Amino acid sequence: MSATTTPSTPSFSARPERSEERVTLPRVIHSEWTKLWSLRSTRWSLFIAFVALAGLGPLVALIEMARWSHLTLQDRLSINSIDRSLVGWHLAQLAVAILGVMTITGEYHTGMIRSSLMATPKRLPVLWAKLIVFCSVTMVLMLVAAFIGFFGGQAIFTEHHVNVSISAPHALRTIVGAALFTTGVGALCVALGTIVRRTAGGIAAFVGVFFVLPVIVEILPSSMSNPIHPYLPNNAGGGIAQAFLDPNMFSAWGGFALFCGYTVAVIAIAAVLLLRRDA
Amino acid sequence: MIEVRGLSKHYGERVAVDDLSFTIRPGTVTGFLGPNGAGKSTTMRLILGLDRPSSGSATVNGKQYRDLRAPLHEVGALLEARAVHTGRSGYNHLLALAQTHGIPRSRVDEVIELVGLDSVARKRVGGFSLGMGQRLGVASALLGDPATVVLDEPANGLDPEGIRWIRNLLKGLAAEGRTVFLSSHLMSEMEQTADHLIVIGRGRLIADTDVASFVAQASSGAPVRVRSPQLAALADAVTAAGGTSTKPDDNALQVFGMTPEQIGELAAAQQLVLHELTPVQVSLEDAFMDITKDSVEYQHSATSRTDVATPASAVSAGAEP
Repeated sequence: MSATTTPSTPSFSARPERSEERVTLPRVIHSEWTKLWSLRSTRWSLFIAFVALAGLGPLVALIEMARWSHLTLQDRLSINSIDRSLVGWHLAQLAVAILGVMTITGEYHTGMIRSSLMATPKRLPVLWAKLIVFCSVTMVLMLVAAFIGFFGGQAIFTEHHVNVSISAPHALRTIVGAALFTTGVGALCVALGTIVRRTAGGIAAFVGVFFVLPVIVEILPSSMSNPIHPYLPNNAGGGIAQAFLDPNMFSAWGGFALFCGYTVAVIAIAAVLLLRRDA
Repeated sequence: MIEVRGLSKHYGERVAVDDLSFTIRPGTVTGFLGPNGAGKSTTMRLILGLDRPSSGSATVNGKQYRDLRAPLHEVGALLEARAVHTGRSGYNHLLALAQTHGIPRSRVDEVIELVGLDSVARKRVGGFSLGMGQRLGVASALLGDPATVVLDEPANGLDPEGIRWIRNLLKGLAAEGRTVFLSSHLMSEMEQTADHLIVIGRGRLIADTDVASFVAQASSGAPVRVRSPQLAALADAVTAAGGTSTKPDDNALQVFGMTPEQIGELAAAQQLVLHELTPVQVSLEDAFMDITKDSVEYQHSATSRTDVATPASAVSAGAEP
Protein backbone atom coordinates (compact mmCIF):
# COMPACT_ATOMS: atom_id res chain seq x y z
CA MET A 1 0.00 0.00 0.00
CA SER A 2 2.63 2.50 -1.04
CA ALA A 3 -0.16 4.69 -2.41
CA THR A 4 -1.58 5.35 1.02
CA THR A 5 -0.53 7.67 3.76
CA THR A 6 -0.93 7.16 7.47
CA PRO A 7 -4.38 8.47 8.30
CA SER A 8 -5.46 10.38 11.35
CA THR A 9 -8.41 9.66 13.65
CA PRO A 10 -11.70 11.51 13.12
CA SER A 11 -13.47 13.64 15.64
CA PHE A 12 -17.03 12.88 16.57
CA SER A 13 -18.06 16.53 16.97
CA ALA A 14 -20.92 16.79 14.51
CA ARG A 15 -20.63 19.66 12.07
CA PRO A 16 -23.17 22.43 12.83
CA GLU A 17 -24.90 22.26 9.41
CA ARG A 18 -25.48 18.52 9.83
CA SER A 19 -29.08 18.94 10.98
CA GLU A 20 -29.90 20.28 7.50
CA GLU A 21 -28.55 17.15 5.88
CA ARG A 22 -31.15 14.50 5.14
CA VAL A 23 -32.39 12.60 2.12
CA THR A 24 -34.68 14.51 -0.23
CA LEU A 25 -35.72 13.73 -3.83
CA PRO A 26 -33.84 16.73 -5.30
CA ARG A 27 -30.71 15.52 -3.51
CA VAL A 28 -31.12 11.99 -4.81
CA ILE A 29 -31.57 13.47 -8.29
CA HIS A 30 -28.33 15.40 -7.81
CA SER A 31 -26.64 12.16 -6.80
CA GLU A 32 -27.99 10.30 -9.83
CA TRP A 33 -26.79 13.13 -12.07
CA THR A 34 -23.27 12.64 -10.69
CA LYS A 35 -23.58 8.87 -11.09
CA LEU A 36 -24.73 9.15 -14.71
CA TRP A 37 -21.92 11.41 -15.86
CA SER A 38 -19.13 9.79 -13.86
CA LEU A 39 -19.22 6.59 -15.90
CA ARG A 40 -17.37 6.29 -19.14
CA SER A 41 -19.93 3.84 -20.58
CA THR A 42 -22.71 6.41 -20.12
CA ARG A 43 -20.85 9.09 -22.01
CA TRP A 44 -20.11 6.67 -24.85
CA SER A 45 -23.69 5.40 -25.12
CA LEU A 46 -25.12 8.92 -25.17
CA PHE A 47 -22.50 10.01 -27.69
CA ILE A 48 -23.37 7.08 -29.98
CA ALA A 49 -27.10 7.75 -29.67
CA PHE A 50 -26.53 11.44 -30.44
CA VAL A 51 -24.32 10.80 -33.45
CA ALA A 52 -26.72 8.14 -34.76
CA LEU A 53 -29.77 10.40 -34.65
CA ALA A 54 -27.96 13.55 -35.79
CA GLY A 55 -25.75 11.95 -38.41
CA LEU A 56 -27.39 8.90 -39.92
CA GLY A 57 -30.19 10.85 -41.70
CA PRO A 58 -27.83 13.33 -43.37
CA LEU A 59 -25.58 10.41 -44.34
CA VAL A 60 -28.51 8.63 -46.00
CA ALA A 61 -29.41 11.89 -47.74
CA LEU A 62 -25.84 12.25 -49.00
CA ILE A 63 -25.88 8.74 -50.43
CA GLU A 64 -29.21 9.24 -52.15
CA MET A 65 -28.14 12.55 -53.66
CA ALA A 66 -24.94 10.94 -54.91
CA ARG A 67 -26.90 8.05 -56.46
CA TRP A 68 -29.56 10.39 -57.88
CA SER A 69 -28.75 9.59 -61.53
CA HIS A 70 -29.14 5.85 -60.82
CA LEU A 71 -32.54 6.19 -59.14
CA THR A 72 -35.71 5.39 -61.07
CA LEU A 73 -38.45 7.97 -61.22
CA GLN A 74 -40.46 5.93 -58.77
CA ASP A 75 -37.53 5.82 -56.32
CA ARG A 76 -37.14 9.58 -56.62
CA LEU A 77 -40.84 10.18 -55.95
CA SER A 78 -40.92 7.82 -53.01
CA ILE A 79 -38.20 9.66 -51.08
CA ASN A 80 -39.78 10.75 -47.84
CA SER A 81 -37.32 13.39 -46.79
CA ILE A 82 -38.67 13.78 -43.25
CA ASP A 83 -38.35 10.11 -42.36
CA ARG A 84 -35.06 9.72 -44.23
CA SER A 85 -33.46 12.59 -42.31
CA LEU A 86 -34.57 11.11 -38.99
CA VAL A 87 -33.85 7.46 -39.77
CA GLY A 88 -31.14 7.48 -37.09
CA TRP A 89 -33.62 7.03 -34.24
CA HIS A 90 -33.74 3.31 -35.01
CA LEU A 91 -30.09 3.02 -34.03
CA ALA A 92 -30.30 5.68 -31.31
CA GLN A 93 -33.09 3.78 -29.52
CA LEU A 94 -30.80 0.76 -29.27
CA ALA A 95 -27.98 2.75 -27.62
CA VAL A 96 -30.46 4.49 -25.30
CA ALA A 97 -32.15 1.18 -24.45
CA ILE A 98 -28.87 -0.47 -23.50
CA LEU A 99 -27.87 2.55 -21.41
CA GLY A 100 -31.29 2.55 -19.75
CA VAL A 101 -30.92 -1.07 -18.73
CA MET A 102 -27.36 -0.53 -17.54
CA THR A 103 -28.04 2.50 -15.34
CA ILE A 104 -29.65 0.05 -12.93
CA THR A 105 -28.18 -3.36 -13.77
CA GLY A 106 -24.67 -1.88 -13.58
CA GLU A 107 -25.46 -1.16 -9.93
CA TYR A 108 -26.69 -4.68 -9.28
CA HIS A 109 -23.72 -6.21 -11.07
CA THR A 110 -21.11 -4.26 -9.10
CA GLY A 111 -22.96 -4.21 -5.77
CA MET A 112 -23.33 -0.40 -5.93
CA ILE A 113 -27.08 -0.89 -5.44
CA ARG A 114 -26.39 -1.74 -1.78
CA SER A 115 -24.64 1.60 -1.28
CA SER A 116 -27.47 3.38 -3.11
CA LEU A 117 -30.18 1.72 -1.05
CA MET A 118 -28.34 2.21 2.23
CA ALA A 119 -28.09 5.93 1.46
CA THR A 120 -31.75 6.05 0.34
CA PRO A 121 -33.48 3.30 2.30
CA LYS A 122 -36.96 4.35 1.13
CA ARG A 123 -35.71 2.96 -2.22
CA LEU A 124 -38.34 4.48 -4.53
CA PRO A 125 -36.58 7.87 -4.71
CA VAL A 126 -33.65 6.02 -6.30
CA LEU A 127 -35.89 4.75 -9.12
CA TRP A 128 -37.65 8.10 -9.58
CA ALA A 129 -34.36 10.00 -9.59
CA LYS A 130 -32.83 7.61 -12.10
CA LEU A 131 -35.86 7.97 -14.41
CA ILE A 132 -35.94 11.77 -14.08
CA VAL A 133 -32.21 12.22 -14.73
CA PHE A 134 -32.02 9.64 -17.49
CA CYS A 135 -35.14 10.86 -19.31
CA SER A 136 -34.22 14.55 -19.05
CA VAL A 137 -30.72 13.98 -20.36
CA THR A 138 -31.92 11.68 -23.16
CA MET A 139 -34.79 13.98 -24.15
CA VAL A 140 -32.59 17.07 -24.43
CA LEU A 141 -29.85 15.28 -26.35
CA MET A 142 -32.26 13.47 -28.68
CA LEU A 143 -34.22 16.64 -29.39
CA VAL A 144 -31.06 18.51 -30.36
CA ALA A 145 -29.86 15.54 -32.39
CA ALA A 146 -33.22 15.22 -34.17
CA PHE A 147 -33.17 18.88 -35.20
CA ILE A 148 -29.60 18.52 -36.44
CA GLY A 149 -30.57 15.37 -38.36
CA PHE A 150 -33.62 17.02 -39.86
CA PHE A 151 -31.99 20.30 -40.93
CA GLY A 152 -28.79 18.55 -41.99
CA GLY A 153 -30.75 16.08 -44.09
CA GLN A 154 -32.94 18.78 -45.66
CA ALA A 155 -29.90 20.89 -46.51
CA ILE A 156 -28.48 17.93 -48.43
CA PHE A 157 -31.82 17.11 -50.08
CA THR A 158 -31.97 20.62 -51.55
CA GLU A 159 -29.49 19.47 -54.18
CA HIS A 160 -32.35 17.79 -56.06
CA HIS A 161 -35.15 19.78 -54.47
CA VAL A 162 -36.71 16.97 -52.47
CA ASN A 163 -36.26 18.86 -49.21
CA VAL A 164 -39.14 20.02 -47.02
CA SER A 165 -39.32 22.87 -44.52
CA ILE A 166 -39.92 22.59 -40.79
CA SER A 167 -43.46 23.87 -41.40
CA ALA A 168 -44.27 20.93 -43.68
CA PRO A 169 -47.04 18.65 -42.43
CA HIS A 170 -45.79 16.24 -39.72
CA ALA A 171 -42.20 17.59 -39.80
CA LEU A 172 -42.08 19.15 -36.36
CA ARG A 173 -44.19 16.35 -34.84
CA THR A 174 -41.82 13.72 -36.26
CA ILE A 175 -38.72 15.53 -34.95
CA VAL A 176 -40.16 15.86 -31.44
CA GLY A 177 -41.61 12.37 -31.77
CA ALA A 178 -38.23 10.79 -32.52
CA ALA A 179 -36.87 12.33 -29.30
CA LEU A 180 -39.98 11.40 -27.29
CA PHE A 181 -40.06 7.79 -28.45
CA THR A 182 -36.33 7.27 -27.91
CA THR A 183 -36.68 8.72 -24.41
CA GLY A 184 -39.73 6.54 -23.75
CA VAL A 185 -37.81 3.44 -24.81
CA GLY A 186 -35.06 4.48 -22.39
CA ALA A 187 -37.54 4.87 -19.51
CA LEU A 188 -39.06 1.47 -20.30
CA CYS A 189 -35.59 -0.07 -20.27
CA VAL A 190 -34.67 1.48 -16.89
CA ALA A 191 -37.79 -0.27 -15.56
CA LEU A 192 -36.96 -3.54 -17.34
CA GLY A 193 -33.45 -3.42 -15.85
CA THR A 194 -34.92 -2.87 -12.38
CA ILE A 195 -37.15 -5.90 -12.80
CA VAL A 196 -34.56 -8.24 -14.33
CA ARG A 197 -31.48 -6.92 -12.42
CA ARG A 198 -29.08 -8.43 -14.99
CA THR A 199 -27.65 -6.53 -17.94
CA ALA A 200 -27.91 -9.41 -20.38
CA GLY A 201 -31.42 -10.26 -19.22
CA GLY A 202 -32.58 -6.66 -19.43
CA ILE A 203 -31.26 -6.18 -22.94
CA ALA A 204 -32.73 -9.54 -23.94
CA ALA A 205 -36.12 -8.41 -22.61
CA PHE A 206 -35.90 -5.21 -24.68
CA VAL A 207 -34.80 -7.02 -27.84
CA GLY A 208 -37.48 -9.66 -27.26
CA VAL A 209 -40.30 -7.13 -27.01
CA PHE A 210 -39.12 -4.76 -29.73
CA PHE A 211 -37.56 -7.05 -32.32
CA VAL A 212 -38.56 -10.67 -31.69
CA LEU A 213 -42.20 -10.26 -30.71
CA PRO A 214 -43.07 -8.46 -34.01
CA VAL A 215 -41.49 -11.32 -35.97
CA ILE A 216 -43.47 -13.91 -34.04
CA VAL A 217 -46.70 -11.98 -34.59
CA GLU A 218 -45.79 -11.77 -38.27
CA ILE A 219 -45.72 -15.57 -38.54
CA LEU A 220 -49.29 -15.87 -37.23
CA PRO A 221 -52.13 -16.07 -39.78
CA SER A 222 -53.01 -12.55 -40.86
CA SER A 223 -56.47 -12.86 -39.35
CA MET A 224 -54.75 -13.14 -35.97
CA SER A 225 -51.74 -10.91 -36.51
CA ASN A 226 -53.54 -7.90 -38.03
CA PRO A 227 -55.51 -7.00 -34.91
CA ILE A 228 -52.40 -7.52 -32.74
CA HIS A 229 -49.92 -5.43 -34.75
CA PRO A 230 -51.05 -1.95 -33.70
CA TYR A 231 -50.78 -2.94 -30.04
CA LEU A 232 -47.14 -4.01 -30.17
CA PRO A 233 -45.04 -1.46 -28.24
CA ASN A 234 -42.73 -0.66 -31.15
CA ASN A 235 -45.66 -0.13 -33.55
CA ALA A 236 -47.75 1.82 -31.06
CA GLY A 237 -44.91 4.07 -29.93
CA GLY A 238 -42.85 4.26 -33.10
CA GLY A 239 -45.62 5.97 -35.09
CA ILE A 240 -44.91 9.31 -33.47
CA ALA A 241 -41.39 9.23 -34.90
CA GLN A 242 -42.64 8.63 -38.46
CA ALA A 243 -44.09 11.23 -40.80
CA PHE A 244 -46.05 8.75 -42.85
CA LEU A 245 -48.05 6.27 -40.90
CA ASP A 246 -49.27 2.84 -41.80
CA PRO A 247 -53.08 3.25 -41.97
CA ASN A 248 -53.48 -0.03 -40.10
CA MET A 249 -51.75 1.41 -37.03
CA PHE A 250 -52.97 3.84 -34.37
CA SER A 251 -52.60 7.58 -34.86
CA ALA A 252 -49.24 9.06 -33.89
CA TRP A 253 -50.33 10.53 -30.54
CA GLY A 254 -52.88 7.81 -29.78
CA GLY A 255 -50.27 5.12 -30.30
CA PHE A 256 -47.73 7.02 -28.26
CA ALA A 257 -50.23 7.36 -25.41
CA LEU A 258 -50.67 3.57 -25.47
CA PHE A 259 -46.87 3.14 -25.44
CA CYS A 260 -46.63 5.49 -22.45
CA GLY A 261 -49.30 3.37 -20.76
CA TYR A 262 -47.17 0.26 -21.26
CA THR A 263 -44.13 2.09 -19.91
CA VAL A 264 -45.96 3.33 -16.82
CA ALA A 265 -47.23 -0.22 -16.16
CA VAL A 266 -43.71 -1.68 -16.38
CA ILE A 267 -42.36 1.12 -14.15
CA ALA A 268 -45.08 0.32 -11.59
CA ILE A 269 -44.03 -3.35 -11.56
CA ALA A 270 -40.39 -2.29 -11.19
CA ALA A 271 -41.28 -0.01 -8.27
CA VAL A 272 -43.18 -2.73 -6.42
CA LEU A 273 -40.37 -5.25 -6.94
CA LEU A 274 -37.70 -2.76 -5.86
CA LEU A 275 -39.60 -2.18 -2.63
CA ARG A 276 -40.31 -5.81 -1.91
CA ARG A 277 -37.17 -7.67 -2.86
CA ASP A 278 -34.02 -8.12 -0.81
CA ALA A 279 -31.19 -6.09 -2.29
CA MET B 1 -27.39 1.68 19.71
CA ILE B 2 -28.58 -1.31 17.69
CA GLU B 3 -31.40 -3.45 19.02
CA VAL B 4 -32.23 -6.80 17.48
CA ARG B 5 -35.41 -8.49 18.74
CA GLY B 6 -36.55 -11.97 17.72
CA LEU B 7 -34.98 -11.48 14.32
CA SER B 8 -35.43 -14.32 11.81
CA LYS B 9 -34.73 -14.67 8.12
CA HIS B 10 -35.72 -17.62 5.98
CA TYR B 11 -34.64 -18.17 2.41
CA GLY B 12 -37.14 -20.77 1.29
CA GLU B 13 -36.47 -23.83 3.45
CA ARG B 14 -33.14 -22.53 4.72
CA VAL B 15 -33.10 -20.64 7.99
CA ALA B 16 -30.31 -18.07 7.84
CA VAL B 17 -31.12 -16.19 11.03
CA ASP B 18 -33.16 -17.82 13.77
CA ASP B 19 -34.83 -15.75 16.48
CA LEU B 20 -31.83 -13.55 17.30
CA SER B 21 -32.01 -10.96 20.06
CA PHE B 22 -29.17 -8.74 21.23
CA THR B 23 -28.28 -5.12 21.90
CA ILE B 24 -25.18 -3.32 20.70
CA ARG B 25 -24.30 -0.50 23.08
CA PRO B 26 -22.50 2.77 22.36
CA GLY B 27 -18.93 3.39 23.43
CA THR B 28 -17.73 -0.16 22.95
CA VAL B 29 -16.44 -2.28 20.10
CA THR B 30 -18.75 -5.26 19.76
CA GLY B 31 -17.44 -8.22 17.84
CA PHE B 32 -19.74 -10.44 15.82
CA LEU B 33 -18.37 -13.96 15.62
CA GLY B 34 -19.57 -17.11 13.98
CA PRO B 35 -18.46 -19.79 11.56
CA ASN B 36 -18.97 -19.31 7.84
CA GLY B 37 -22.64 -19.46 6.97
CA ALA B 38 -23.67 -18.70 10.56
CA GLY B 39 -25.74 -15.73 9.43
CA LYS B 40 -23.45 -12.81 10.33
CA SER B 41 -23.71 -11.02 6.99
CA THR B 42 -27.43 -11.70 6.74
CA THR B 43 -27.98 -10.22 10.21
CA MET B 44 -26.04 -7.11 9.21
CA ARG B 45 -28.04 -6.81 5.98
CA LEU B 46 -31.26 -7.06 8.00
CA ILE B 47 -30.05 -4.30 10.35
CA LEU B 48 -29.20 -2.12 7.32
CA GLY B 49 -32.59 -2.58 5.68
CA LEU B 50 -31.19 -4.37 2.65
CA ASP B 51 -33.07 -7.57 3.43
CA ARG B 52 -36.54 -7.78 4.93
CA PRO B 53 -36.80 -9.91 8.09
CA SER B 54 -39.15 -12.91 8.00
CA SER B 55 -40.08 -11.98 11.55
CA GLY B 56 -38.78 -9.85 14.40
CA SER B 57 -37.14 -6.46 14.10
CA ALA B 58 -33.83 -4.66 14.02
CA THR B 59 -33.66 -1.01 14.99
CA VAL B 60 -30.94 1.61 14.97
CA ASN B 61 -31.33 4.35 17.57
CA GLY B 62 -34.90 3.20 18.07
CA LYS B 63 -35.90 3.29 14.41
CA GLN B 64 -36.00 0.78 11.61
CA TYR B 65 -33.27 1.59 9.11
CA ARG B 66 -35.85 2.27 6.39
CA ASP B 67 -37.40 5.00 8.50
CA LEU B 68 -34.17 6.93 9.05
CA ARG B 69 -34.33 10.35 7.41
CA ALA B 70 -30.56 10.74 7.21
CA PRO B 71 -29.27 7.15 7.40
CA LEU B 72 -25.66 8.04 6.59
CA HIS B 73 -25.55 10.26 9.68
CA GLU B 74 -26.90 7.50 11.89
CA VAL B 75 -25.19 4.38 10.57
CA GLY B 76 -22.07 3.94 8.51
CA ALA B 77 -21.70 0.52 6.96
CA LEU B 78 -18.97 -1.46 5.30
CA LEU B 79 -20.28 -4.65 3.74
CA GLU B 80 -18.16 -7.68 3.06
CA ALA B 81 -19.33 -7.82 -0.53
CA ARG B 82 -18.14 -4.78 -2.43
CA ALA B 83 -20.74 -2.10 -2.90
CA VAL B 84 -19.02 0.23 -5.36
CA HIS B 85 -19.41 0.67 -9.12
CA THR B 86 -16.04 -0.34 -10.54
CA GLY B 87 -16.28 2.12 -13.43
CA ARG B 88 -16.48 5.18 -11.18
CA SER B 89 -13.65 6.92 -9.34
CA GLY B 90 -13.52 6.66 -5.57
CA TYR B 91 -14.08 10.39 -5.30
CA ASN B 92 -17.22 10.35 -7.47
CA HIS B 93 -18.53 7.32 -5.60
CA LEU B 94 -18.27 9.17 -2.30
CA LEU B 95 -19.57 12.38 -3.85
CA ALA B 96 -22.70 10.64 -5.21
CA LEU B 97 -23.39 9.15 -1.77
CA ALA B 98 -22.76 12.50 -0.06
CA GLN B 99 -25.13 14.30 -2.44
CA THR B 100 -28.11 12.16 -1.38
CA HIS B 101 -27.84 13.84 2.04
CA GLY B 102 -26.52 17.22 0.98
CA ILE B 103 -23.20 16.47 2.66
CA PRO B 104 -20.64 19.01 1.37
CA ARG B 105 -17.70 18.14 -0.89
CA SER B 106 -15.31 19.21 1.86
CA ARG B 107 -16.43 16.19 3.90
CA VAL B 108 -15.70 13.92 0.91
CA ASP B 109 -12.14 15.29 0.80
CA GLU B 110 -11.92 14.85 4.56
CA VAL B 111 -12.79 11.13 4.58
CA ILE B 112 -10.54 10.45 1.59
CA GLU B 113 -7.65 11.96 3.55
CA LEU B 114 -8.74 10.12 6.68
CA VAL B 115 -8.42 6.70 5.02
CA GLY B 116 -5.28 7.71 3.14
CA LEU B 117 -6.61 7.39 -0.42
CA ASP B 118 -5.66 10.94 -1.55
CA SER B 119 -3.38 9.80 -4.32
CA VAL B 120 -5.80 7.33 -5.95
CA ALA B 121 -9.19 8.93 -5.26
CA ARG B 122 -9.57 10.14 -8.86
CA LYS B 123 -8.78 6.74 -10.34
CA ARG B 124 -11.41 4.18 -11.28
CA VAL B 125 -12.27 1.78 -8.46
CA GLY B 126 -11.91 -1.18 -10.81
CA GLY B 127 -8.14 -0.80 -10.55
CA PHE B 128 -8.10 -0.72 -6.76
CA SER B 129 -6.39 -3.41 -4.71
CA LEU B 130 -8.44 -5.25 -2.10
CA GLY B 131 -6.92 -3.10 0.62
CA MET B 132 -7.68 0.15 -1.22
CA GLY B 133 -11.24 -1.11 -1.74
CA GLN B 134 -11.57 -1.71 2.00
CA ARG B 135 -10.28 1.78 2.73
CA LEU B 136 -12.82 3.23 0.31
CA GLY B 137 -15.50 1.19 2.11
CA VAL B 138 -14.38 2.64 5.43
CA ALA B 139 -14.49 6.12 3.87
CA SER B 140 -18.11 5.59 2.77
CA ALA B 141 -18.98 4.29 6.23
CA LEU B 142 -17.54 7.42 7.89
CA LEU B 143 -18.86 9.88 5.27
CA GLY B 144 -21.89 10.93 7.31
CA ASP B 145 -19.92 11.07 10.58
CA PRO B 146 -22.31 8.43 11.98
CA ALA B 147 -22.89 7.54 15.62
CA THR B 148 -23.03 3.85 14.72
CA VAL B 149 -20.59 1.96 12.52
CA VAL B 150 -21.32 -1.52 11.18
CA LEU B 151 -18.45 -3.32 9.48
CA ASP B 152 -18.44 -6.77 7.93
CA GLU B 153 -14.92 -8.22 7.90
CA PRO B 154 -13.16 -4.83 7.79
CA ALA B 155 -9.68 -6.36 8.01
CA ASN B 156 -10.24 -8.34 4.84
CA GLY B 157 -7.45 -7.75 2.33
CA LEU B 158 -5.56 -5.31 4.53
CA ASP B 159 -1.85 -5.72 5.10
CA PRO B 160 -0.54 -5.82 8.71
CA GLU B 161 -0.08 -2.07 8.75
CA GLY B 162 -3.63 -1.63 7.46
CA ILE B 163 -4.99 -4.02 10.07
CA ARG B 164 -3.27 -2.04 12.84
CA TRP B 165 -4.70 1.13 11.34
CA ILE B 166 -8.26 -0.15 11.28
CA ARG B 167 -7.91 -1.54 14.80
CA ASN B 168 -6.84 1.86 16.12
CA LEU B 169 -9.49 3.61 14.06
CA LEU B 170 -12.27 1.41 15.47
CA LYS B 171 -11.01 1.79 19.04
CA GLY B 172 -10.86 5.54 18.47
CA LEU B 173 -14.43 5.58 17.17
CA ALA B 174 -15.66 3.67 20.22
CA ALA B 175 -13.68 5.94 22.53
CA GLU B 176 -15.56 8.90 21.04
CA GLY B 177 -18.77 7.28 22.21
CA ARG B 178 -19.85 5.67 18.98
CA THR B 179 -21.38 2.24 18.58
CA VAL B 180 -18.99 -0.05 16.72
CA PHE B 181 -20.23 -3.42 15.52
CA LEU B 182 -17.87 -5.56 13.48
CA SER B 183 -17.76 -9.10 12.26
CA SER B 184 -14.52 -10.91 11.70
CA HIS B 185 -13.31 -14.42 11.19
CA LEU B 186 -9.87 -13.35 12.46
CA MET B 187 -10.13 -14.33 16.10
CA SER B 188 -6.78 -12.80 17.05
CA GLU B 189 -7.97 -9.52 15.55
CA MET B 190 -11.19 -9.69 17.54
CA GLU B 191 -9.25 -10.44 20.72
CA GLN B 192 -7.27 -7.24 20.27
CA THR B 193 -10.10 -5.00 19.10
CA ALA B 194 -13.42 -6.04 20.63
CA ASP B 195 -14.67 -5.41 24.16
CA HIS B 196 -17.90 -7.31 23.81
CA LEU B 197 -18.86 -10.36 21.76
CA ILE B 198 -21.97 -11.61 20.05
CA VAL B 199 -21.40 -15.20 18.94
CA ILE B 200 -23.82 -16.96 16.62
CA GLY B 201 -23.92 -20.37 14.98
CA ARG B 202 -26.48 -21.58 12.45
CA GLY B 203 -28.32 -18.31 12.82
CA ARG B 204 -28.82 -18.73 16.57
CA LEU B 205 -27.33 -16.76 19.43
CA ILE B 206 -24.60 -18.76 21.22
CA ALA B 207 -23.06 -16.12 23.44
CA ASP B 208 -23.55 -12.45 24.28
CA THR B 209 -20.73 -11.60 26.67
CA ASP B 210 -17.50 -9.68 27.12
CA VAL B 211 -14.30 -11.12 25.66
CA ALA B 212 -12.71 -11.96 29.03
CA SER B 213 -15.65 -13.97 30.35
CA PHE B 214 -16.08 -15.71 27.01
CA VAL B 215 -12.50 -16.96 27.26
CA ALA B 216 -12.90 -17.76 30.99
CA GLN B 217 -16.02 -19.79 30.29
CA ALA B 218 -14.23 -21.83 27.68
CA SER B 219 -11.15 -22.16 29.92
CA SER B 220 -13.06 -23.82 32.77
CA GLY B 221 -12.20 -27.32 31.58
CA ALA B 222 -8.72 -26.41 30.42
CA PRO B 223 -5.77 -28.48 31.66
CA VAL B 224 -2.72 -27.50 33.73
CA ARG B 225 0.72 -28.23 32.32
CA VAL B 226 3.17 -29.67 34.85
CA ARG B 227 6.87 -30.50 34.44
CA SER B 228 8.68 -32.54 37.04
CA PRO B 229 11.64 -34.93 37.24
CA GLN B 230 9.26 -37.32 39.04
CA LEU B 231 6.45 -37.49 36.47
CA ALA B 232 5.39 -41.09 37.14
CA ALA B 233 4.93 -40.49 40.88
CA LEU B 234 3.11 -37.25 40.19
CA ALA B 235 0.74 -38.94 37.73
CA ASP B 236 -0.11 -41.56 40.38
CA ALA B 237 -0.70 -38.84 42.98
CA VAL B 238 -3.01 -36.96 40.61
CA THR B 239 -5.03 -40.08 39.89
CA ALA B 240 -5.25 -40.83 43.62
CA ALA B 241 -6.47 -37.26 44.22
CA GLY B 242 -9.28 -37.69 41.67
CA GLY B 243 -7.73 -35.91 38.69
CA THR B 244 -6.72 -37.28 35.32
CA SER B 245 -3.59 -36.70 33.32
CA THR B 246 -2.09 -37.24 29.90
CA LYS B 247 1.56 -37.21 28.91
CA PRO B 248 1.96 -35.00 25.83
CA ASP B 249 5.78 -35.29 25.83
CA ASP B 250 8.55 -36.97 27.82
CA ASN B 251 8.91 -34.44 30.61
CA ALA B 252 5.44 -32.92 31.02
CA LEU B 253 1.94 -33.85 32.14
CA GLN B 254 -1.41 -32.32 31.21
CA VAL B 255 -3.56 -32.48 34.31
CA PHE B 256 -7.34 -32.23 34.02
CA GLY B 257 -9.86 -31.68 36.78
CA MET B 258 -7.48 -29.94 39.23
CA THR B 259 -6.51 -26.32 39.70
CA PRO B 260 -2.81 -25.28 39.76
CA GLU B 261 -3.23 -24.61 43.50
CA GLN B 262 -4.45 -28.12 44.18
CA ILE B 263 -1.61 -29.64 42.12
CA GLY B 264 1.01 -27.52 43.87
CA GLU B 265 -0.29 -28.48 47.30
CA LEU B 266 -0.47 -32.12 46.29
CA ALA B 267 3.15 -32.06 45.10
CA ALA B 268 4.30 -30.38 48.31
CA ALA B 269 2.47 -32.95 50.41
CA GLN B 270 4.08 -35.79 48.47
CA GLN B 271 7.49 -33.99 48.43
CA LEU B 272 7.62 -34.03 44.65
CA VAL B 273 9.75 -31.48 42.76
CA LEU B 274 7.96 -29.23 40.26
CA HIS B 275 9.78 -27.43 37.42
CA GLU B 276 6.69 -25.91 35.90
CA LEU B 277 3.05 -25.39 36.81
CA THR B 278 1.11 -23.55 34.10
CA PRO B 279 -2.62 -23.21 33.50
CA VAL B 280 -3.04 -23.69 29.75
CA GLN B 281 -4.26 -20.39 28.29
CA VAL B 282 -7.27 -20.72 26.06
CA SER B 283 -7.21 -18.18 23.26
CA LEU B 284 -10.35 -16.59 21.93
CA GLU B 285 -9.92 -18.83 18.94
CA ASP B 286 -9.90 -22.00 21.07
CA ALA B 287 -12.87 -20.73 23.04
CA PHE B 288 -14.71 -19.98 19.83
CA MET B 289 -13.91 -23.37 18.31
CA ASP B 290 -14.99 -25.12 21.48
CA ILE B 291 -18.27 -23.28 21.82
CA THR B 292 -19.28 -23.36 18.17
CA LYS B 293 -18.17 -26.89 17.35
CA ASP B 294 -21.77 -28.09 17.38
CA SER B 295 -23.03 -25.29 15.22
CA VAL B 296 -20.56 -25.31 12.36
CA GLU B 297 -22.85 -25.64 9.40
CA TYR B 298 -20.63 -28.00 7.46
CA GLN B 299 -18.26 -30.23 9.34
CA HIS B 300 -14.75 -30.83 8.09
CA SER B 301 -15.62 -34.23 6.67
CA ALA B 302 -17.65 -32.33 4.12
CA THR B 303 -15.02 -29.73 3.34
CA SER B 304 -15.04 -30.38 -0.36
CA ARG B 305 -18.77 -29.85 -0.38
CA THR B 306 -18.57 -26.60 1.56
CA ASP B 307 -17.28 -24.50 -1.30
CA VAL B 308 -19.94 -25.80 -3.62
CA ALA B 309 -22.82 -25.75 -1.22
CA THR B 310 -22.35 -22.34 0.36
CA PRO B 311 -21.63 -19.62 -2.14
CA ALA B 312 -21.30 -17.11 0.70
CA SER B 313 -18.46 -19.02 2.30
CA ALA B 314 -16.82 -19.63 -1.04
CA VAL B 315 -16.90 -15.93 -1.76
CA SER B 316 -15.46 -14.95 1.58
CA ALA B 317 -12.79 -17.61 1.34
CA GLY B 318 -11.87 -16.33 -2.09
CA ALA B 319 -11.69 -12.79 -0.83
CA GLU B 320 -9.20 -13.60 1.88
CA PRO B 321 -5.60 -12.74 1.11
